[in-house]
Amino acid sequence: MSESANPTADPADPDEADEADAADGAEPADGARTPDGAVAAAATPENGAAAVVAALESADVQTAFGVQGGAIMPVYDALYGSSIDHVTMAHEQGAAHAADAYGVVAGTPGVCLATSGPGATNLVTGIADASMDSDAMLALTGQVPSHMVGSDAFQETDTTGVTAPITKHNYFASDSTTVGDVVGEAFALAGTGRPGPTLVDLPKDVSFGETDRAPAAPTPPERSVPDPEADAESVEAAARAIERAEKPLCLFGGGVIKGNATAEARAFAREHEVPVVTTMPGIGSFPEDDELCLSWAGMHGTGYANMAISHTDCLIAVGTRFDDRLTGGVETFAPGAEVVHVDIDPAEISKNIEADYPVVGDAGTVLGQIDAAMERSPAAREWCEQCADWREEYPMDYAVDPDEPVKPQFVVEAYDAATGDDAIVTTGVGQHQMWAAQYWTYTEPRTFVSSHGLGTMGYGLPGAIGARLAAEDDREVICFDGDGSFLMTIQELSVAVRENLDITVVVLNNEYIGMVRQWQDAFFEGRHMASEYDWMPEFDKLAEAFGARGFRVDEYDEVAGVVRESLAYDGPSVVDVHVDPREDVYPMVASGGANGEFALTGDQL
Amino acid sequence: MAGPRPDERPQPTARRNAEGIRVDPDAEAARPRRTAVISALVEHEPGVLSRVSGLFSRRQFNIESLTVGPTTVEGHARITLVVEETDPGIDQAKKQLMKLTPVIAVGELGSDAVRAELVLLKVRGSEPDKVHAITEMYEGRTLDAGPRTITVQITGDERKIDDAVDAFRQFGIIEIARTGQTALERGDSPTTPGEEPGHSAATDDAAADGTSADGDATDQTTPNYDD
Repeated sequence: MSESANPTADPADPDEADEADAADGAEPADGARTPDGAVAAAATPENGAAAVVAALESADVQTAFGVQGGAIMPVYDALYGSSIDHVTMAHEQGAAHAADAYGVVAGTPGVCLATSGPGATNLVTGIADASMDSDAMLALTGQVPSHMVGSDAFQETDTTGVTAPITKHNYFASDSTTVGDVVGEAFALAGTGRPGPTLVDLPKDVSFGETDRAPAAPTPPERSVPDPEADAESVEAAARAIERAEKPLCLFGGGVIKGNATAEARAFAREHEVPVVTTMPGIGSFPEDDELCLSWAGMHGTGYANMAISHTDCLIAVGTRFDDRLTGGVETFAPGAEVVHVDIDPAEISKNIEADYPVVGDAGTVLGQIDAAMERSPAAREWCEQCADWREEYPMDYAVDPDEPVKPQFVVEAYDAATGDDAIVTTGVGQHQMWAAQYWTYTEPRTFVSSHGLGTMGYGLPGAIGARLAAEDDREVICFDGDGSFLMTIQELSVAVRENLDITVVVLNNEYIGMVRQWQDAFFEGRHMASEYDWMPEFDKLAEAFGARGFRVDEYDEVAGVVRESLAYDGPSVVDVHVDPREDVYPMVASGGANGEFALTGDQL
Repeated sequence: MAGPRPDERPQPTARRNAEGIRVDPDAEAARPRRTAVISALVEHEPGVLSRVSGLFSRRQFNIESLTVGPTTVEGHARITLVVEETDPGIDQAKKQLMKLTPVIAVGELGSDAVRAELVLLKVRGSEPDKVHAITEMYEGRTLDAGPRTITVQITGDERKIDDAVDAFRQFGIIEIARTGQTALERGDSPTTPGEEPGHSAATDDAAADGTSADGDATDQTTPNYDD
């Protein structure tokens, strides 16, 4: 735990006190702290910190997640009396994940705060997670006073250096007068074009320094604003390629959701009767109960999606970066397909899979352009029938035996059946994540909130907190977690209790880090080195200790009642479901393998 | 779960290569690397060099040299990178560079671009006449001459520098400091797209000298550094 996380420790800490003294003595801005502690964070700020808060307010930030600490204290002080609802998290990693998930659900960048040093480094996992998933997020970190930067001062870390590779851009604020503008720019940049995390490092003297300048309206740098429209020539070429396809397939990625292009994507596929697969981040871009939808492709995607992607002759890929969990080995990925690749980020074109028809622009705009340029739909009746056959051939299925331990898939389906289309699912990372993605029928965007690219165990609970605060009160928020994943950020349950957040955490508890156990069985001769978690606490009792409701499920006939009760409970609840510890996630494409050679059982790997 | 086993399913016959490019399996060949000179116009601000070099190291681009210096435009700097990559790798390097917020424009220089690098050589001073002769031969300058050491400066394209270094070996090279290549597009072509000159008389003159000099291996005209 970082020292920064305990505000009461700071005054008692001699090093921290020295640092504070040094900061105060070094610059004339001591008086910037108003005697009554309240800072008017409106049009006329009094110091850099107030300008930071004014910039956030000007960006219409409603909620921010963070942990107090020495170097960020001026900003927190400026939040006193602000309209921004600050949620104190138990750990900075939780703050970053909560901000990330908040942004995914709300569609505007989430904001997290941390102090310097350990506070900032604790954010790093969450920033990297947001970066890999192109999630818009603004991180504000405290920094030691400017004159101490580089001296290895107490709680100093080169935060811009550490986070440069995992942010879209980061800033070291050097001036109290411009710090508000910088924060506004960082916020705007996070949500512009291809979204991503940005960071502003705030030295304490800059936060304390006097200024009366109101920050400019949040505006991204001009060069970073991409043209939403693709050039007509590339649109024409793509349209012709799609028209002549006999086996066309839409592949919708997370960019379709982030670009708010689900309406255009759905209209396009339906208008031209093109079957659809999604990536995992693209789940919800197209309704999984639509007959055109083959669900998601990739390592644990459906067999029918993977068959379709292996045999398509024209892949219309929108807002995807062709991650290796989707493609398997690139040599065998959609090998006969001409690839139409629509993306807002030109650097994604032909990065992993060569695009025969690159179309750079905003997903919705470009789909509209292509649709307008198409004179006819592809003749793909046979292909559609083939896809339907594959759906019959490789159904998503599992066996239920009332005398055996509960199957995790059954639990996912039970919660899905008990909730509406707008329920939000968050997950940790592991087997439970795959079951939550496979056995829940997603129909709406921004309802599946997960850690995709980085694969961060522990994302689920803080993600649920962020999602809860971004969503309307009447929507259900359910976190499917694994026992191992839940234990990584379980302390955030204290936040859910304090804020009385209506979240249902369903722990699919198999007393393993199950995905590792599954791989050990497949590739390490069943040697379960460090994957057995038979020392797990009783999560229902632990939940009660935190002040949440706890439930436990061991048998099938307990499931329905607990599903009902846990959803009805108005506050955080934890459902500890002891599931079949031997259950594996299938289908599975072996790492680097061919999508069409997915295994349905362990002996097919 | 039902369904045919993997080996019983219809499988596609086509393939891609390791770079994700659809290929005819019979014609598949390893793509050759080539050397590319990339010029990036950037905001001249702290940390920009580290962002650029960090980008190249974390994406495993094979970087040969990197030089940086201010331009005639206040607040702008030019970074010249030499990378050895396959064509898709070079393309990706340029696009990733362009994504960095402080990067204003990126261009890849043509084969006829003007390129130069500089080397400082410190050799033993026992044969000053011979050292001077070689320095003259390579149109270099003597920067420091003492009883024990002589330091000379040679400028020119990569091949000329290599040759000069070889020629000085006979005297015993004590120390060597070599810049990477720096380069500009020839004639009216801008080095990076949309690039416009600033208006500082002194630097404009220097730039004019640079473009008129030392184009390729056969052209031994050296820029005039004696101003």
